[in-house]
Amino acid sequence: MLTNILPLIPIMLPFFMAVIMLLVGKRPVKHRAIAAIGGLILIIVSAYQVFFVYQNGMYVTYIGGWEPPFGITVVIDMVAAILVLTTSIIVFFITVFSFQSIGEPREKYYFYAMVMVMLTGINGAFLTGDIFNMFVFFEVFLLSSYILITLGGEKLQLPEGFKYVLINLVSSNFFVLGLAYLYSVTGTLNMADMQMKIASYEGDTTGLTIVAIVFLLVFATKAGMFPLYSWLPNSYAAPPVPILALFGALLTKVGIYAIARTFSLFFVDNVEFTSTIILVLAVLTIISGCIGALAYLDMKKVIIYNIIIAVGVILVGFAIMDAAGSIGAMYYLIHDMLIKAALFLLIGVIIFRTGETNSERLGGLIKVHPVLGWTFFIAGLSLAGVPPLSGFYGKLFIVESALDNQMFIAAIVVLLSSLVVLYSIMRVFMNVFWGEDMDFDRLKDVKMDKMMFSAISLVVIAVVFGLSADFLYPLFEMAAQSFYDPASYSSYLLEVQ
Amino acid sequence: MELITIILAGILMGAAAYLMLSKNLIRIIFGTAIFSHGVHLMFLTMGELKRGAVPVLDENVEAYADPLPQALILTAIVIAFALTAIILVLALRIYKELGTNDIEKMKGDPYAD
Amino acid sequence: MKSTLMRAGYKKVSRQMNDVFLQFASKVIFFLIVMFAFNLFFAGHYTPGGGFVGGLLGASAVVLLLIAFDRKTVHKMMPIDYRFMITLGLVFAGVVPTLSFLFGTPFFQHQFTYVEVPILQELSLHTAVLFDIGVFLTVMGACLLIITLVAEEKA
Repeated sequence: MLTNILPLIPIMLPFFMAVIMLLVGKRPVKHRAIAAIGGLILIIVSAYQVFFVYQNGMYVTYIGGWEPPFGITVVIDMVAAILVLTTSIIVFFITVFSFQSIGEPREKYYFYAMVMVMLTGINGAFLTGDIFNMFVFFEVFLLSSYILITLGGEKLQLPEGFKYVLINLVSSNFFVLGLAYLYSVTGTLNMADMQMKIASYEGDTTGLTIVAIVFLLVFATKAGMFPLYSWLPNSYAAPPVPILALFGALLTKVGIYAIARTFSLFFVDNVEFTSTIILVLAVLTIISGCIGALAYLDMKKVIIYNIIIAVGVILVGFAIMDAAGSIGAMYYLIHDMLIKAALFLLIGVIIFRTGETNSERLGGLIKVHPVLGWTFFIAGLSLAGVPPLSGFYGKLFIVESALDNQMFIAAIVVLLSSLVVLYSIMRVFMNVFWGEDMDFDRLKDVKMDKMMFSAISLVVIAVVFGLSADFLYPLFEMAAQSFYDPASYSSYLLEVQ
Repeated sequence: MELITIILAGILMGAAAYLMLSKNLIRIIFGTAIFSHGVHLMFLTMGELKRGAVPVLDENVEAYADPLPQALILTAIVIAFALTAIILVLALRIYKELGTNDIEKMKGDPYAD
Repeated sequence: MKSTLMRAGYKKVSRQMNDVFLQFASKVIFFLIVMFAFNLFFAGHYTPGGGFVGGLLGASAVVLLLIAFDRKTVHKMMPIDYRFMITLGLVFAGVVPTLSFLFGTPFFQHQFTYVEVPILQELSLHTAVLFDIGVFLTVMGACLLIITLVAEEKA
């Protein structure tokens, strides 16, 4: 009974919260209360899920009582449980942050309801065990992201939002096309069943490699990989900071999760080819992200290009897909979700206080906001992966596994990218907090206690995550096993058949 | 039969690509709609056309057509419907706010400096 | 119709236009379409049809009225808030599958029973119908909401 209800709470609870908000009508204060309470419940439930999975191994529920491989399954393995927990923590703090920053007009137009629908889609994409269902959940969170990116209808938002919608629409159509190919090749849609069929098939699997490239095209667009990231910086810079933080912390990571999941389960026959392609693209992604991060002084843009660097680093780990590589990629994925959200919220506080996004026009803020400044400093160090902060462990494992597999260029690029990240963030830090004092009269008198609370809490969580990385190692080892040993993911089918 | 539908899907996608590369917002939206039609047609072809009877349980029928692609296409059509609605409203808002439906005239990156 | 022509610059034409045929015919056809929509909706369990198609047809019936009359008149005929319609639909579609936990069955598993009704004889009752009502309401509400929103905007 418990295992029946538990897996569906992360999907259904945000949906119900959104429906209740729609029922309540345009009353922002009630929306805030519902979003905060629901977010807290979700954190508790998903934390319990992590504990439950750690104790009992992964568990599965069959929707509608249809047994796999015919029905839709909801599979909670360690990867999904950890990702859902991180997502709910981030969404909770971003909703608290937006109490003071998003503004009444947007709140009235169901901002929180849209965030909750997006949470439904993201959690669903993490938890589902059916590849077509994953497409449906992708569409759920993409639809709400289309609304969020254009909510408010500022002059900059609309054309950038249109580009974002168009790019994602085309890639979603390719997703359907890839699903069609995959279905015609394997004759099933259940991910575990598909893994077993492909693993036991002994014939020619060249067709699957073509399907792999279609899937890579789709997920690379969503994740912002090298040739297909060009839509990302401008589209993400258009909406206000809370929405930007949501997108930057969560949406690209769902694309990465999908790449890791599909390429570990389905496209395992021509590993040399697929992993080489992903590795080369990941390295190029890091390099192009570095160029962008160095080129801009705009705070939003610097951190947006840092997303692209992080995408590349995580994908280096998933491209190698051995034990150390997957563990490192999992560590870095979680670290990056937390610290990116924290950094976006921190620059959000600065932007709301000063009304400027260009770091060159600011200076000397440390005299007014010492806490904010040092928190930003710690977050920057953590992002760059200075030990013992959270970015270090992920990069350690990734570089270790790259060196073990004689991929020296990838290892060197990952290491050098840390320097670029550190330089770009510290340049922002020095411009904003040190240097010549700006005109402090220009500071806007805004209430910012909730904004500060959520930004600093996220940094604290990221730091604690970094310090307790050793303690959490068993969880991540368990999570990474789903990737480098895909048979463990599909083992639940053996009990059914 | 399969060959014909595949060619038809290809023609639709080609037309969609042509429309999506134009500058007019409305043409782009029609392009996305036609693109999704091409993809759905391709999906239908992947489920093997004309093999067996309608997938409704019947005593006299031995072989059934594969119902799964049809169910999936139905889902995909519903999603494409919602997307088209959203993108149409968005295009209308853009036309109202910016006074143009030409992609070229919407340029302008305020972060360029 | 009138407003479209007027926007196109045919003021005189619109003043002379007499769409009594359209208005009268649409009043009759409206009910036919609605009946067909309900037929499709209830047929959906075993034969082609269902909530989505039914909802689209229901919306098209209202759209016919919108073409024949203006928006205000239609709102007077049917004072329904489309947003509330969507919400109600979402409530149905969300609550019904969750309620199956009360029966101790997995999410989305539907329950059914057979009831003997005097004249109609044996009748099968399914919880799936409740879910389909949610789909029907959501689709119809969303269609009408978008169409009226777009129609309201003055270009």
